[in-house]
Amino acid sequence: MALTETARTPQLYLQHLSRWRPIEIAFWLATLLPYWLTPDYLSLASQIAITALFALSLDLILGYAGIVSLGHAAFFGIGAYTAGLLSKYGWGEPLTGLAAAAFTAAIVGYATSFIIARFRHLALIMLTMGFGLLLGELANSAGWLTGGVDGLQGIHTWNLLGYFHFDLYGYTAYGYSLAVLFVVFLGARRLIHSPFGLALRGIRENRTRMPAIGAASRTHIQMIYTISAALAGIAGALLSETTQTVSLDSLSFERSAELLVMLVLGGAGRLYGGLVGAAIFMVARDQFSGIEPQYWYFWIGVLLVVVVIFMPNGVLGGLAKIYARWRGR
Amino acid sequence: MEGPLTPALSTRGLAKSFGSLIVARDIELSLPQGARYALIGPNGAGKTTLINLMTGMLAPNAGQIFLGEDDITGLEPQERVRRGLTRTFQINTLFPGLNALEAVTLAVAERRGIARQFWQNVSTYKETIEEAHDILVKLRLGDSCYQATRELPYGRQRLLEIALALATKPKVLLLDEPAAGVPPEESGDIFEAVASLSGDLTLLFIEHDMHVVFRFASHIIVLVGGGIYAEGSPAEIAANPGVREVYLGTRKHD
Amino acid sequence: MLPPVFGVLFDGFAYGMLLFLLSVGQSVTLGMMNFINLAHCAFAMLGGYVTVTLANRYGWPFFATLPVAFIAAALTSVVFERVLYRRLYRATDLDQVLLTIGITFISVAVAAYIFTTQQQPLQLPSYLRGSIEILGLRLAIYRLVLIALSLIITGILVAALDYTRFGAQVRAAVDNERMARGIGIDVDRTFAVTFALGSGLAGLGGALAIEIVGLDPSFAFTYLVYVLIVVAVGGLGSIGGSFAAAAVLGISDIAGKYYVPQLGAFLIYLVMISLLMWRPAGLFGRR
Repeated sequence: MALTETARTPQLYLQHLSRWRPIEIAFWLATLLPYWLTPDYLSLASQIAITALFALSLDLILGYAGIVSLGHAAFFGIGAYTAGLLSKYGWGEPLTGLAAAAFTAAIVGYATSFIIARFRHLALIMLTMGFGLLLGELANSAGWLTGGVDGLQGIHTWNLLGYFHFDLYGYTAYGYSLAVLFVVFLGARRLIHSPFGLALRGIRENRTRMPAIGAASRTHIQMIYTISAALAGIAGALLSETTQTVSLDSLSFERSAELLVMLVLGGAGRLYGGLVGAAIFMVARDQFSGIEPQYWYFWIGVLLVVVVIFMPNGVLGGLAKIYARWRGR
Repeated sequence: MEGPLTPALSTRGLAKSFGSLIVARDIELSLPQGARYALIGPNGAGKTTLINLMTGMLAPNAGQIFLGEDDITGLEPQERVRRGLTRTFQINTLFPGLNALEAVTLAVAERRGIARQFWQNVSTYKETIEEAHDILVKLRLGDSCYQATRELPYGRQRLLEIALALATKPKVLLLDEPAAGVPPEESGDIFEAVASLSGDLTLLFIEHDMHVVFRFASHIIVLVGGGIYAEGSPAEIAANPGVREVYLGTRKHD
Repeated sequence: MLPPVFGVLFDGFAYGMLLFLLSVGQSVTLGMMNFINLAHCAFAMLGGYVTVTLANRYGWPFFATLPVAFIAAALTSVVFERVLYRRLYRATDLDQVLLTIGITFISVAVAAYIFTTQQQPLQLPSYLRGSIEILGLRLAIYRLVLIALSLIITGILVAALDYTRFGAQVRAAVDNERMARGIGIDVDRTFAVTFALGSGLAGLGGALAIEIVGLDPSFAFTYLVYVLIVVAVGGLGSIGGSFAAAAVLGISDIAGKYYVPQLGAFLIYLVMISLLMWRPAGLFGRR
């Protein structure tokens, strides 16, 4: 952060840290490009937007509060099934479906947050993984509710705002997912730059110090975990509404693990890391969808090793370093 | 209401052991308001353990801790800080990725109870930021407050330790070797900072450097093997042959 | 005449012993350096493939392949430790998780490429096949041998830990790493040796597992979950804890599959979560 450009008062400095940078505006404008450049890929684009939202929700707990979760897909799945069931049983209005999904996921998130906030390291990783796996088993057994292996049938999403029909080409789907992503992003951005965001970074940077400055880190964690669960639920609901299907893999361990890879690839703790990581990962997977699964896993493995050793802050971290060096620090 | 004679911090029969290892035995101490007490003793005597017990990071097996007239024995660490008991760490326990301004602002925000506000930008909380900046300026950290903590030289990091503690507006401050590891030419800053602390603040500091102890402390407590071996004025302690043998004789400088 | 429940207990205990061999190394190394190694079962898988290759392609007798499986896994782990793991001892949990998951992905892909994704066949020598009858129960000879071998290994481990100098260093390093360094123990070297031994045991476990659960590239992930459960529940750094947790997990799993198959793995996860909430450092853990 070059000091010479900023005014010297502390308030202005902090304000400056959170201003909108031109590249961010360029990023968001670029998200509209698929409509012109790649109209055949709008379904993929909407999947990317949904996954980006999901990754953003994980970033809030992982990148900002330092909670390693291997079970975040649980909330995604809860959101997806909530919206799906609501639609199946007669109420297919998309926006209220999102609200219902967020609410349900938030409740489960709040309940589990009491446990999550009390543990660290391996116990925490195991607990998050355990909850995810447990929910997966429950969903599998409760076939009468979830449709089991066959997935939920009979979802029909009503027109968005009573007007936009969810067409096969994904025009509405992409616009809808992108709009929701943007709105949630704005909220997350405000949160990160608020005192609460600062407290979360404090927890991530040094959890031991927090009680010593009078901070009740457990309640902070419970709060962000609940918010994160709600956002993951919204992402799941978006998936069920735009694809009009829900299956067990929305809750699977694979989904949780892949999300982690995407977030780390893009760079955790930078708000945009999840978005960038999701985009890169999903475009790559689409391009390489023809190859054998084991080759795909080989390269993911190599990627992970490379990222951890050489680019611990992901793509965005690497770019930030290059940028700083270019500006002649 | 506490009278002027109520000790700022006191313990009764404080004890802690891990299996057969006794790290605190029957500790009775009493710090008058505004006191400058030093806690000395050989390595492993249990000085940091005592601070951990008093601040709630470690649960005692027996005994009580009082902050003024209030029994704080069962309170969580953050609750004790809110009541006015703060400590610094012997090994820098800072926020590496935050800059000094952010770190102290966080501490002030927690104290003011606004740390859970998630809608307004931090920069709109002017008083909080000003208070944080004032603390940093007073400790001569004003010009480096925009640098990430991990980039600060060690001596400045030690000052930041103290700044974070001051942000909590403590009534009693426990300093664990405030100048530990700081080169002699910089440790002067630290002690000037300590010396300039308000007279209303009660201080207990752990220190190995006897010059510092004799210069700043009005009363010395000697801890050996988890128990209080002796306590008294600096002159009394210096003259105590047992203390010399156990501690003073073997080390003069650190 | 014993009721069939004892048969279930026997099978469960044998399975538990297998899990113990797979997990004990992970438990001790985690307890010592807090290094989360999710590639642990990839080493186990390596041991399995070594045995299969030696036995099927080169005609080695089964028992002769076991020490080779152990050594191959141990040596490979040394290479990884030197080249990669060493850089991450002070890294965050997340980095360790990601690096070791990455290594596991790579090894699974390599295994699939070399050996295909099919189950590997293994012909046991005739003296290990079949079962004997005790008190009305048919006990598989292979499982009896597995139990015996595991108990012997457990005995050796406990004796080494309690009676050798190296064992004392391991105990000190697990108990308090900083203090162990302070009194002059070369913790890094102790860790490297322990890590190699633990990986070797995992390789042995992988070789022994072929007959019980089969071998294909997904082994590295499937059993990772079980190993983590054993380690988390048993307590980091505790051989006794791993033994107890593995036995309980093995018996619960087999009993669950036998008596209530519709529950699936649900019960295991529930038990793990409950136990971790009650004792976050594991039943016998210290941290």
